[in-house]
Amino acid sequence: MLTRIVMPQLGESVAEGIVSRWLKQEGDLVAKDEPLVEVVTDKVTAEIPSPVAGILKKIVVAEGATVEVGHELALIEEQVQSVVRVAGSQVASASTTMPEDAMSSAVAHRIPNGTGDAGLPRSSPIVRRLAAEHGIDLAEVSGTGLGGRITREDVLHFLSSRKEQPLAPSQELSAEPSLRATPADREEIVPLSPMRRTIARRMAQSKVTVPHVSTMIEVDMTKVVQFRERMKAEFRRREGVDLTYVPFVIRAVVEALKEHPILNSSWGEDKIIVKKYINIGVAVALEDGLIVPVIPDAGDKSIAGLARAVDDLTKRARAGKLRVADVQGGTFTVNNTGAFGSIMSTPIINQPQAAILSMETIVKRPVVIDDAIAIRSIMNVCLSFDHRITDGLAAGRFLQSVKRRLEGFDPNNLESELAISH
Amino acid sequence: MAIKTVIEAVRDTLLEEMQRDERVIVLGEDVGRNGGVFRATDGLWSKFGDDRVIDTPLAESSIVGIAIGAALNGLRPVVEIQFADFIHSAMDQIMSEAAKIRYRSNGAFGCPLVIRAPYGGGIHGALYHSQSVEALFFHVPGLKIVMPSTPYDTKGLLKTAIRDDDPVLFFEHKRTYRHIKGEVPDEGFAIPLGVADIKREGTSLTIITYGAMVHEALAAAEDLAGEGIDAEVIDLRTLQPLDKATILNSVKKTSKAIVLHEDNKTGGVGAEIAAILAEELFEFLDGPIVRVAAPDVPAVPYSPPLEEAFLPNRGWVVEAARRLAAY
Repeated sequence: MLTRIVMPQLGESVAEGIVSRWLKQEGDLVAKDEPLVEVVTDKVTAEIPSPVAGILKKIVVAEGATVEVGHELALIEEQVQSVVRVAGSQVASASTTMPEDAMSSAVAHRIPNGTGDAGLPRSSPIVRRLAAEHGIDLAEVSGTGLGGRITREDVLHFLSSRKEQPLAPSQELSAEPSLRATPADREEIVPLSPMRRTIARRMAQSKVTVPHVSTMIEVDMTKVVQFRERMKAEFRRREGVDLTYVPFVIRAVVEALKEHPILNSSWGEDKIIVKKYINIGVAVALEDGLIVPVIPDAGDKSIAGLARAVDDLTKRARAGKLRVADVQGGTFTVNNTGAFGSIMSTPIINQPQAAILSMETIVKRPVVIDDAIAIRSIMNVCLSFDHRITDGLAAGRFLQSVKRRLEGFDPNNLESELAISH
Repeated sequence: MAIKTVIEAVRDTLLEEMQRDERVIVLGEDVGRNGGVFRATDGLWSKFGDDRVIDTPLAESSIVGIAIGAALNGLRPVVEIQFADFIHSAMDQIMSEAAKIRYRSNGAFGCPLVIRAPYGGGIHGALYHSQSVEALFFHVPGLKIVMPSTPYDTKGLLKTAIRDDDPVLFFEHKRTYRHIKGEVPDEGFAIPLGVADIKREGTSLTIITYGAMVHEALAAAEDLAGEGIDAEVIDLRTLQPLDKATILNSVKKTSKAIVLHEDNKTGGVGAEIAAILAEELFEFLDGPIVRVAAPDVPAVPYSPPLEEAFLPNRGWVVEAARRLAAY
C-alpha cells in the first residue's frame, strides 16, 4: 500500500516550502516516525517524519524545489518491518495498516513478535523437530524470520548447504593415509554437544580477534580470610547462602572499574565504547562445559547482595535453568579459577568485553613484612585484557586498585555493609 | 457441459432429483407458485404439482417438523428455509428431533431430510437477511452441514445430500447465487460429503475456508503470488463431517495456516479447526494458527460503509497472509 508524503502546513500564513535536503534515498528502508526530508519556509525549518514504516519508493520533488503546501513530495510503500539486531538484543517492529479499533481487531492481529524478549523461544515446533531429526545445532542456523527467529525454510536451507560440505574434510583425509589406517580401538570419537560447539566457536573467535595480554598480581587476603572465617556461620544462618571469597573480589573489582572505566568497555572498530553500567559476569563451571551468567548493576550491590546473586546464578546454571537474559549484557567477567586449585591462569576474554579477571586459590605463604617473615594468605589475581583498548599501565593501575581494596579490607565498614541486605 | 450460476445449479439439481425419485418433495415459503424468492424452485410446481411442491405457512418450526414426519414415513423432503436467518424457530426440530432420530432409534429410523437455506451478507440484507448460522449446528452431532462455493460443487453435493438417509443442512451463500458462474456437467454426478477440495495448490501457507470466502481467498492468493507468497486454498465444502485428512496434510506441508470464514470469529467453525491443528499438528507448525473472520458484532450492518468494514475480504486475507508468511 502506497502512502503519500505531502508538504505540510508549517505555519499559519505559510503557503509553500522548499525541499532543502532528502534525509533518505529512494529504496531506503524507513521506520515509522523516522525523519524523511528537511523542508524550509521563511518562518521555520522542519524535518518531516514518515507516518508509516516501509520503503521510500519514489522521491517526487527534488532538493531545492519550491512547492505548495499539500503538494506530493514522496511515496512510501508500507511494509511489515523486518528485524533490526542491536548488539545481542533483538528488536522487532511490526507495522499495522489497519486501525486499532474493534472492527479490525477481528482480523488476525495477534501474531506475536517471535523475538527473544522475555525468553520466547527462537524456534518453532517444526524447527525443533527438524533440528532433532537431523542433529542440527540451532545456534549455527541464522534466522530470517520475524524477530530473528529461525524459520522452517532456514533449517531446510541449512541442511542442503550442510550436505555439500563433507567433501572438503574427506579430501584432506585422503592426503594423509596414515590417519585412515589408525585402528578404531586407539581412538574414541566424542560427538560435540551444542554447548561444546558454542564454547569452541566463541573461544576461538576471541583468541583470533583480540590481542590478549595477561598480567598478574599477588593479593594479601589475610584480613578477608579472617573476616570470612568469623562471619561465615552467621552469614549462612542469616542470609541462607554461603559466604565465599567471590563476592569480596567482585566488590573490589566493581569499585576498581569505577575508578578505571576503560576496563569496562568494548572495542567498536573505529571507537571504544565505555559502558556506564557495570554488569559482572561470573563464570560457572559445569560438568560438560562453562557458562557465564551476569549480575546486572553489580555496582549497586553490597557483599551480601553479591553473595546472594552469585549463589542464585550458580545454582540455576547447574540446574540448567538460566534464562536468555541471565547470560546477556555482561561488561566484565570474573572467573574463580582458584576453585580448581590453580595459582595462575590466562583466561580468554568474553567478547565484546575489554578484560577478564581470574581469582586463584588462596595459599598460606611465608612473606616479608617490615623485614620480618610472616605467614599470610596469598591469592594471585590474573587479568587478561584487550590490548587494542588499553595498555599495561591502565591494566596495572586497575589491578592495584583491586589489590588495595582487598588488602585494606576493613571489617568495621563491611559489617555494616553486610547488614544492608540488597 | 454448460455454464451455470449457483442458483441455476440448485434449480436444475432439484429438477433432476425430483424426476429421478418420486419420493423427493420440496416444501417452504413461496417455493410453489412463486418459484422461490431466489428462483431456486422455479418451474417445479407447474411440473410436479401440489403433491410434491408445497407452499407452507410462515412457520419454520412447523415446516421442518412436518418434513421430519414426512421423512420418517418414506418421503425425501427438501425444505427451503427462505433465509437462514429464519431457521432459529426450527432449531428445536432440527437439533432435538432430526439430529437424534437415528441415534435414539438405535438405527431403526433415518431422517432423510435436506434443509436448504441462503445465508451470508454483502447484499445489504441487514440483520434478518445476512446471517451465517453454521456454527450453531456444527456443534450438534447427528447433523451434516454442506456449504458449496461453486456451481459444480453445488450440484454434486446437493445430489448426494438428497440421497443421504440422514439430515443435511445445505447452506448456499446468497451472494454466489448469480455472481459465481462455472461449468456444470449435464450428466449426473455426485460429490461425496466430507471431502474437501484443494482449489489452489501452494507451498507457503494454507488457507482453509468455505462458502463465498473461497473466492476471496483465491483472489488474495493471486495478489500474494505477486509477492512471492504461494498460498494453498482449501475449500472445505462439507463442514460436518470435516475432512480432517486434507486439512492436516496440507498444513503438515506448509507449516502455516489461516482459517477464514464470514461468520463471527468467537466460537466459529474456525475455532474448532484451529484447535484440531494445534492438537494434532503441534510439531509441524512454524507459526501461530491465524483466524480471519468477522468481528463479534451482533449483526451484519445495514449502513453500506459499515457492512463493507465488517465483512472479511481479500484485503484482510492478504494482510494476514503477509504477516504469517513473514513470521
